[in-house]
Amino acid sequence: MAGRTFEVLWLQAAGCGGCTMALLDRDAGLFDELRALGIRLLWHPSFSEETGSAVVDLLAAIERGERPLDALLIEGAVLRGPHGTGLAQRLAGTGRTMLEIVRALAPRAGCCVAVGSCAAYGGVSAASPDPMEATGLQFEKDFFGGLLGSDFRSRNGLPVVNIAGCAPHSGWVVETLTALAAGALDADGLDAHGRPRFFADHLAHHGCSRNEFYEYKASATAAGERGCLMEHLGCKATQSVGDCNQRSWSGGGGCTHAGYACIACTSPGFEDIRGFTTTPKVAGIPVGLPLDMPKAWFIALAALSKSATPRRVRDNASADRTVVPPRGAPPGGGAG
Amino acid sequence: MTRLVVGPFNRVEGDLELTLDVADGAVAAARVSAPLFRGFERILVGRPPEDALAIVPRICGICSVSQSMAAAAALRAAMGVTPPPNGGLAADLAHAAENIADHLSHFYLFFMPDFCRAEYAGRPWFEAITARFKAVEGSAAGDLLPARARLLHVVGILAGKWPHALAFRPGGTTRAVDLGETMRLVATVAQLRRFLERTLFAAPLDAVAALADPAALNAFAEASSSRGGDFAAFLRIAGDLDLQSLGRGTTALMSYGAYRGGGEPLFRAGVFDPATGEVRPVAGADIREDTSSAWLAGGPAHPAEADTHPAPDKPGAYGWSKAPRLAGEPVEVGALARQVVDGLPLARALIDGGGSNVLARVVARLVEVARVALAMERWVGALDPGQPFSTAAPPVSDAAADGLVEAARGSLGHWITIQDGEIARYQIISPTTWNFSPRDSAGVPGPLEQALVGTAVGERGAGAAAIQHVVRSFDPCMVCTAH
Repeated sequence: MAGRTFEVLWLQAAGCGGCTMALLDRDAGLFDELRALGIRLLWHPSFSEETGSAVVDLLAAIERGERPLDALLIEGAVLRGPHGTGLAQRLAGTGRTMLEIVRALAPRAGCCVAVGSCAAYGGVSAASPDPMEATGLQFEKDFFGGLLGSDFRSRNGLPVVNIAGCAPHSGWVVETLTALAAGALDADGLDAHGRPRFFADHLAHHGCSRNEFYEYKASATAAGERGCLMEHLGCKATQSVGDCNQRSWSGGGGCTHAGYACIACTSPGFEDIRGFTTTPKVAGIPVGLPLDMPKAWFIALAALSKSATPRRVRDNASADRTVVPPRGAPPGGGAG
Repeated sequence: MTRLVVGPFNRVEGDLELTLDVADGAVAAARVSAPLFRGFERILVGRPPEDALAIVPRICGICSVSQSMAAAAALRAAMGVTPPPNGGLAADLAHAAENIADHLSHFYLFFMPDFCRAEYAGRPWFEAITARFKAVEGSAAGDLLPARARLLHVVGILAGKWPHALAFRPGGTTRAVDLGETMRLVATVAQLRRFLERTLFAAPLDAVAALADPAALNAFAEASSSRGGDFAAFLRIAGDLDLQSLGRGTTALMSYGAYRGGGEPLFRAGVFDPATGEVRPVAGADIREDTSSAWLAGGPAHPAEADTHPAPDKPGAYGWSKAPRLAGEPVEVGALARQVVDGLPLARALIDGGGSNVLARVVARLVEVARVALAMERWVGALDPGQPFSTAAPPVSDAAADGLVEAARGSLGHWITIQDGEIARYQIISPTTWNFSPRDSAGVPGPLEQALVGTAVGERGAGAAAIQHVVRSFDPCMVCTAH
């Protein structure tokens, strides 16, 4: 990536800072990696030396169009409350609300990126009763529009790029920025909710280490058990996008591997789930079934697979570790 | 008298605004403002109690496990369950990994880059320190970030990911690690020791944990000048700039007690009174949150009886943070408070006479890193992969309980009231709510506001590095502060 650098400004709106923290989960070290990729942080609130008036001056220069900006990265929802004032978040030292600042800077950026589900859709900052009138940059929960409006396009012609997730995988962020710097991400590369398709064209379920339990509907009934988490423990991995189970998270295995439900954190509105770790049911049938599967088929297949469940799978499903090991093939691989 | 406004204030978690009254080149009065309010205490009400475990970690991306631990502790008290030993150890290990990662992030990414500011050009150490600690560009971040990412594999292995894991439950943790994963933990903790002993301390962890007094600290700094070590480099700067005289605090120091997974806490609970040198128990019933200077309605109340209602037009208020008080007084919390309350001789000696200060806060944080890293090795060794990590927790329909833990930045409390199987009230007091509290109804400033008074700013005014050092010595987490 010799030649010009791709200059990005990162601002933290109403969030927890966790997207920034998750981004540090890089084997080689984030700063060295960004340097190698030709991506330069014009300013980042957690890492940059500049503070106070130096930052205010930089933002003003960008806002006036004097300082070119390749990408504006917003972490956190934008608060419009209380009562439409935006006063629930001011940028210190400016007397201005983040609401006003994001609106002013977005049209100046080559592209606008929402990092995390708060910036994308409102996320947990917008959780019911949404005390401070939070919104994502171009979605308010599931509704297209959000802060910037449905007609908004960045200077490069793209709508807001939504790196959803709470927090998103560091790879989603770095790969999206690398693609934007290379001009390799176009509108066809985004799904209907603005998420890059390279991670959003998968379901979180794909690659789950509990797949055999899912196939036989051998379900865990209590936290810590090895079985499938969908039937009883709230798992939404079959309904949620993300290549989560095809990546390593913090050197471990991710949510379902660690024994707890996918809570659909890449989806608009996930924050309003009631009972994150309990599966809602009607007449004993889970309400949330895999996205594109006819209900009758699912029920028929579930009944069939439950009746065919090997004892090994059934017993392991309700234990916190393998209690019945698989019988290996005989040595040499041949019969007899 | 000149009034200065400082902000945005970066290299902290979140943002903060300072208003400083300066007279004769020094701070005469300080006000600190938390500029963000999301309303988590409203968001939690009406939800099933266990949903707090999904919501509260998202208060804070840098102390996510701490928030989970406080909620799990409160629910545990409400449900009356006790996790099996493995569950307590696994949670403490994950929590320790987060806390050490936070301490290291603070030192390398947030605090040290301020010594690379142009204001210090000409100091004998300036060029070497700038090459090492310059924000984003210095060589230290290149050493730290891979080591920090590896350390957080502890959370990945035990809890799936960091931040925002749902593995921490009232009954224990959700992943029963096997022998192979336990050996990965052994390797990860060994890599942590290697980083600390080669790069941060350039000395054995035991030697750092055993530093007994300021004389030993000085000897350590000088002896290390030939062999390196980032801690010693800081100590030499601290001597040159007299950081022990900067950011003085004279309030009491509080700790709820840390790492209780094995029963007795690793660091004990208590309140240290600097006037008498004595430690008394934490009287939780004496905690009140005062809203006089906050854009919030309501009078002072105990968190089990308090509520949170925005009042953005309130006259005289200057931020979103409440002002917690213990028996009517502000208290300082954090690694220094933990080590002083626990009785670490070095920590006690560093505040003897003049109170808490920038040097003592940073030293306590790093010595705590050594002490906790040693404890992590013991805890990994105590895991028994053949035994359970969690136990069943019964549903609860009506209860009131609290969960008091120590986050990296200090005392974190959650107070929950459950009625008819739903959360009826949920209140949170975070470490930085204590440290960066605004003035209360009696006009008494919070610990940071007190510590800034007297800081010399000279002609640099709001741009003086001394202001940056004092604020960052507390390692504030502003997203937690008003939540």
